[in-house]
Amino acid sequence: MKQWIEKQRYLIDFTLASLARRKTRNLGLLGVYTLLVFVLASVALYTHALRVEAAKVLAASPEVILQRLVAGRHDLIPPGYLEKVGRIRGVQKREGRLWGYYYDAVVKANYTFMVPNDGTMAVKRGEIIVGPALERSRGLAAGNGISFRSYSGKLHTFIVEAVLPQASELVSADLVLMHEEDFRAFFDYPAGHYTDIALSVANPQEVRNVALKLAAALPDSRPILRDEVLRTYASIFDWREGIVLALLSAAILAFGILAWEKASGLSADEKREIGILKAIGWETGDVIKMKFWEGLLISLTAFLVGFVAAYVHVFYFAAELFEPVLKGWAVLYPRFQLTPHVDGLQVATLFFFTVFPYAAAVLVPIWKAAITDPDAVMRG
Amino acid sequence: MLSRPSTLALLLLALAMAGFALTLVDAALPREQRKAEVEATRALVGQLGLTDLALFTEARYTRHPSQADLHSAFQDHPLALEHFPTGSLLPPPRHEAVDREATLPD
Repeated sequence: MKQWIEKQRYLIDFTLASLARRKTRNLGLLGVYTLLVFVLASVALYTHALRVEAAKVLAASPEVILQRLVAGRHDLIPPGYLEKVGRIRGVQKREGRLWGYYYDAVVKANYTFMVPNDGTMAVKRGEIIVGPALERSRGLAAGNGISFRSYSGKLHTFIVEAVLPQASELVSADLVLMHEEDFRAFFDYPAGHYTDIALSVANPQEVRNVALKLAAALPDSRPILRDEVLRTYASIFDWREGIVLALLSAAILAFGILAWEKASGLSADEKREIGILKAIGWETGDVIKMKFWEGLLISLTAFLVGFVAAYVHVFYFAAELFEPVLKGWAVLYPRFQLTPHVDGLQVATLFFFTVFPYAAAVLVPIWKAAITDPDAVMRG
Repeated sequence: MLSRPSTLALLLLALAMAGFALTLVDAALPREQRKAEVEATRALVGQLGLTDLALFTEARYTRHPSQADLHSAFQDHPLALEHFPTGSLLPPPRHEAVDREATLPD
């Protein structure tokens, strides 16, 4: 065993000396290789962590949201609609929700105005609770006053009662919570109308049946299930990951060509080296082992360094390099810290697709050169 | 002994592997404070009945992708160009068609 280890170490010594002879070329290759792994791993880690986070927090969203559609567009829930919903068996709780969008011309950003239904979040008349991104963009703090011009042209002034916790920014960045009467006055909302209805269903197994009943009883309605919300988010991040990978595919292909050219096209020097090694008594197996170490040292170093750098970039520097692509271009930008999550399968896939092809591309041409007669190889 | 290039290379490789193992350990570490924050966010989602992440606030169908009606991206004209960059990065919503043929037992 000791002898075997010693032999491998001599092979590594020889490989490193051989790599050092073409230092710039090999260091350049290692650098590009590491960068590629870094980019791929960053995208994979970031989207996976965001997907897990979204699934965790949105698990508490309403079981069914019922919208009313008119000519394919979302319309207000008229009076009497809520009562019809209440007659459907299985519906435990129903609440009319009031929310809408407001474009703030001062900072050119969109806010989501909302009336909290939950008693613990009740807001007094004339007061608002704002999201953390709003606090930043408008420089607000508790006790400050702020005016919004409504769509009817009237100016409405509110006092900021509180700011939502920064930790919840992923879901609350642009929220403005207000009293129901303020909301109706601000948007000139017709009395008794709601934006949509949130339903809770007593038995989770019954959610789909309740949705079917709702669709049958109220043909102009569109029930949106919590499952669909969760699936929408899963697919959004899959899609974004895919788009980024598609944009990166040119870089991946370019690297593929570079690595293939470097690994498979043996230079005259390398061929001569193999010829000499064989002529002085190296076996084919030794030459292959030597090249195997070369491939493994380069690809494993690139993978490990690239992955660790990506992990630190995503979870300790908030993925600053990819933020604009993955988050969007909105004026109000949520600032959030992701909880580190590593998906074993994702790491294994990344490892397989970055380390193995290079190792294989190194070995095949060497094996071809190593089984040829030394004399023929040296003459080239 | 250390002067041998193989010792140095294997040492560096072992260091990189240790770094890799550390990332896995770091990801598995329990984070009580972070957990409490996620719980608080989840409670807020429940209290307010929120349905979407505030990631892309520029248009209503990107702010609430799960609530957007299926035509919102083409609201101005069926062939109108997309106004917002996020719109081109966002997939069309995936809503399962609810079977409207179902009969009401009530």
